[in-house]
Amino acid sequence: MPTGTVIEFKNITKRFGGVAAVNDLSFTVEPGRVTGFLGPNGAGKTTSLRILLGLVGASSGTATFGGVRYRNLPHPLRTVGAALEAASFHPSRTARNHLGVYAIAAGLPRTRVMEVLTQVGLAAHAAQRVGGYSLGMRQRLGLAYALLGDPGVLVLDEPINGLDPEGIRWIRGFLREMAAEGRTVLVSSHLLSEVQQSVDDVVIIARGELVHLGPLSSLDATASPQTVVDSPDRDALAAALTAAGIAFSLGRTGLLAATPDAALLGHVAFTAGVELSALHRQRAGLEDAFLALVGGSHSL
Amino acid sequence: MTTFLRSVSAEFAKIFTTRLWWILATVLFCYIALLAGGLGALFAGIQTGVISTDTVNTGGGAAGLGSIPPLIYSFASSVGYVFPVLLGALATTGEFRHQTLTPTFLATPRRGMVLGAKTVTLTLIGAGFGIVALAASVGIGGGVLSAFGVDALLQDPETWLMVGRTLLAMGLWAAIGVGLGALVPNQVAAIVIVLAFTQFVEPLLRVAASFLEVTAKIGNFLPGAASDALVGASIFTTANPAGAAPLDWWQGGLVLLGYAVVATVIGFAVSWQKDVT
Repeated sequence: MPTGTVIEFKNITKRFGGVAAVNDLSFTVEPGRVTGFLGPNGAGKTTSLRILLGLVGASSGTATFGGVRYRNLPHPLRTVGAALEAASFHPSRTARNHLGVYAIAAGLPRTRVMEVLTQVGLAAHAAQRVGGYSLGMRQRLGLAYALLGDPGVLVLDEPINGLDPEGIRWIRGFLREMAAEGRTVLVSSHLLSEVQQSVDDVVIIARGELVHLGPLSSLDATASPQTVVDSPDRDALAAALTAAGIAFSLGRTGLLAATPDAALLGHVAFTAGVELSALHRQRAGLEDAFLALVGGSHSL
Repeated sequence: MTTFLRSVSAEFAKIFTTRLWWILATVLFCYIALLAGGLGALFAGIQTGVISTDTVNTGGGAAGLGSIPPLIYSFASSVGYVFPVLLGALATTGEFRHQTLTPTFLATPRRGMVLGAKTVTLTLIGAGFGIVALAASVGIGGGVLSAFGVDALLQDPETWLMVGRTLLAMGLWAAIGVGLGALVPNQVAAIVIVLAFTQFVEPLLRVAASFLEVTAKIGNFLPGAASDALVGASIFTTANPAGAAPLDWWQGGLVLLGYAVVATVIGFAVSWQKDVT
C-alpha cells in the first residue's frame, strides 16, 4: 500500500503583473486525512495547486512533497496523482489511449490503464473518444489519470464539479477510502457544503491569503461566538449588559451578546434583578463560519 | 536516458492515437502521385516526342529540364515538405490547444526533455512521411517514366543518395514544424503561417530574389531553397533565371537544421517554459 507524504507550502507568493494572486501562503497537509482546500472562486486555490505541481512557477517560496519539489521527484506519477481541470485531453483520443500515453511516459505497466478505468467506473467507455464524454465522465477520467501510478498523495482540484448526485456520493466514499489507506488527500472546493462530509481538516484561503487552518470542527468555534439573551423588560437588560461592559446588538429574537459565556449573562441579569425569557448559545452553521472567514460578499 | 526514451515512446503514441497522421499522409501520397505522375507523363512525352513541342508551348522545351527522373522524384520534398511541417506544428500546438501540457508535464516534469523527445519523434515520423512521398514520386512517377520508355534511373546510385537526402529533408521539416508550434502556440495562427509562407510568401521571395545575383545568394538561405539544395533537385531551381549556384547539399542541410534549432530554442523560451494555467 503506498504511503502518503506530507505536503508543505512554505511562504508561497505568486504575482501576476503587480497583483499577488497568492500571498505568503504556508500550510502543511498530513497523510491519512482528507484536507479540504477551500476558498471562493478566484481566491488562488488553482494557482496554489499548480505551483505545488510545478506547472506554475512561484514568485517566491517553496511547495514540496516530503521535502522534495515536484519536478525533482524521481517517479512523479507514482508519488503524486493530480486531477486539475476536466478538459486536459485530445478529444479524438480514446480514454484508454489517453491514459496509455501517460502510462508510457511514466514507465507504468499498461495494465494499470484498465485497472484505473475500472476503478472510476469508466471501463465500459474505455474505447470511446473522450470528445463524446459528459462533464461527469471527464471528471472521472481526470481521477483515473491521478490514480494511474497508485500514488500516496492525491491532489484534486474541484473534483466534485459536474458530478451527478450518485457520482458525488461515490467520490465522497472514495476520498474517505483513500485517506483510510494512509494516503495524503488534498481536495479543493469553493463550496464547503460540497466537501463537508468528507474532509477532516480545512485550509481556507481568501484573496490569496490563508484565513483559517485546522480540523473541520475548529470552524465551528471560530464563528464569532454569540449568545441570545432576552427579557420581558429589554431596556433593563440592555442597561445591565452595558453596565457589565458586554457588547450586544439587537437580534431577531432578542439581544445578541458578543460572548459565548451564557453563565456570565445569567449572572449579570440575576444581580441586576432582570427577569430572563431566553438564554442560549447562538450556533452559527459551518457554512456561516466559512462565509464569515472568506468575506461573505464574494461570489460563491 | 530511460526517461527520455519513455518520453519519445509516449510522443509516438500521441501521434499514432489520433487520426491526423494518416489523413496528412494520405493527402501527401495522392498529391505527390498526381503531380509526379502527371508531370512525369508530360516531360517524358516531350522528351520522347510523343508530345510535340509545337503543341505545348514550353519555350525552352524539354532540353531545359535536364535529367527528368531526379526532377520528378524531388516533388516528394520540393512540394511535399509542407506536410511534415504541418504535422510537427499541429503536434506542438495541439498540446496547448487541448491543454494536454498539464498531464504531459505531470508525467514528465522536465520540460526540455519533453520538447527534445517531441523533436526526435517528429523528425523520425517526418522521415516516414518522406517514405510515403517518395513512394508516390519514385513509385508512381518512375512508373510513368518507364511506361514512356524513359530510363527511371533506378539503377543509378545517385538516385538512391537523393532518396536518402529527401528523407533527411522531410525529417528536418517536421522538426521545424515542432519549433514553429512552440514559437506560435496558437494552432490557427500556426497553420496560417505554415500555409502562407510555404505556398505563397517563400515561392514569391525565391522568384524575386533570383533576378539579381546578390539577392539570389541570400535567397539560397530561404528554408525551401536550402531544402532543395539538400535534396539536390527541384522544379524551383530549374526555373531559376539568374542561375546563382545553389548551396551544397550539406550546406542546405545545415541551414535547414539551423532553422529547426533556432525555432525550437526560441519557442522553448517564449511558450514551453511558461506557466501552464
